[in-house]
Amino acid sequence: MPLSLNATLDIPARALQLRSQRAEVLAANMANADTPHYKAMDFDFSAMLQDAESSGASLNTTNPSHIKSIASDPSKVELMYRLPYQSSMDGNTVETEVEQAQFAENAVQYQAAFTLLNGRIKSLLTAIRGD
Amino acid sequence: MPLFSIFDVSGSGMNAQSIRLNTTASNLANAENISSNPDEAYRARQPVFTTVMDNLTNNVAGVRVTKIVESNVPPRKEYAPSNPLADEQGYVYMPNVNSIEEMANMISASRSYQNNVEIMNTAKQMLLTTLRLGQ
Repeated sequence: MPLSLNATLDIPARALQLRSQRAEVLAANMANADTPHYKAMDFDFSAMLQDAESSGASLNTTNPSHIKSIASDPSKVELMYRLPYQSSMDGNTVETEVEQAQFAENAVQYQAAFTLLNGRIKSLLTAIRGD
Repeated sequence: MPLFSIFDVSGSGMNAQSIRLNTTASNLANAENISSNPDEAYRARQPVFTTVMDNLTNNVAGVRVTKIVESNVPPRKEYAPSNPLADEQGYVYMPNVNSIEEMANMISASRSYQNNVEIMNTAKQMLLTTLRLGQ
């Protein structure tokens, strides 16, 4: 059975990276919870991960002015503004409860992605050692 | 690694909130400072928060206090002819500090500070977990 290292490790690794990027975006929202006119941001995790999975078919660019598909640059994520449940007087759309919940969920998902990646590394090591 | 920049982001948030707490403390400490003319009266100060963008990645990089503004509400005028600081008409001028507003501000600032600390702690936990990868 052919074993592809990339296929085994790539997706969990990308998930881990996306989770940490999302943690940063949510931390920025929390830091700006009292900044007037700040708009809370987030990104669609599963869409970004699917982009990474299908990145084999990404567009090639031959000129720097060509528009790259997002998938071809793994460090970029497509940030979107969050729709607030309640509007505030100062134009800020950060709702600390929402952000806290999302951040906690993201931290747990990070742990999950980590466990998956760690498990795969361990099973690879077992296969290499053969004991 | 984005997890490391959380320390900067949340750190900037904590810094901004502590400046806000500081101005609140200054406002409350000076709430009873009497003066003999309206121009000399202490005025409530409030920090102005601005989002900082990271020019390289165009991501939000945190928050910063860009300026501290003084409230333009006229100082409270009180009739107290026996006060040695009273002017010719017998009036003294009290700072335009609203203690209730300041207390609410203080609680909001300390809660936001705590939130940032929590985020930083969680990010630290996540980083420490990552260090154990493959062990």
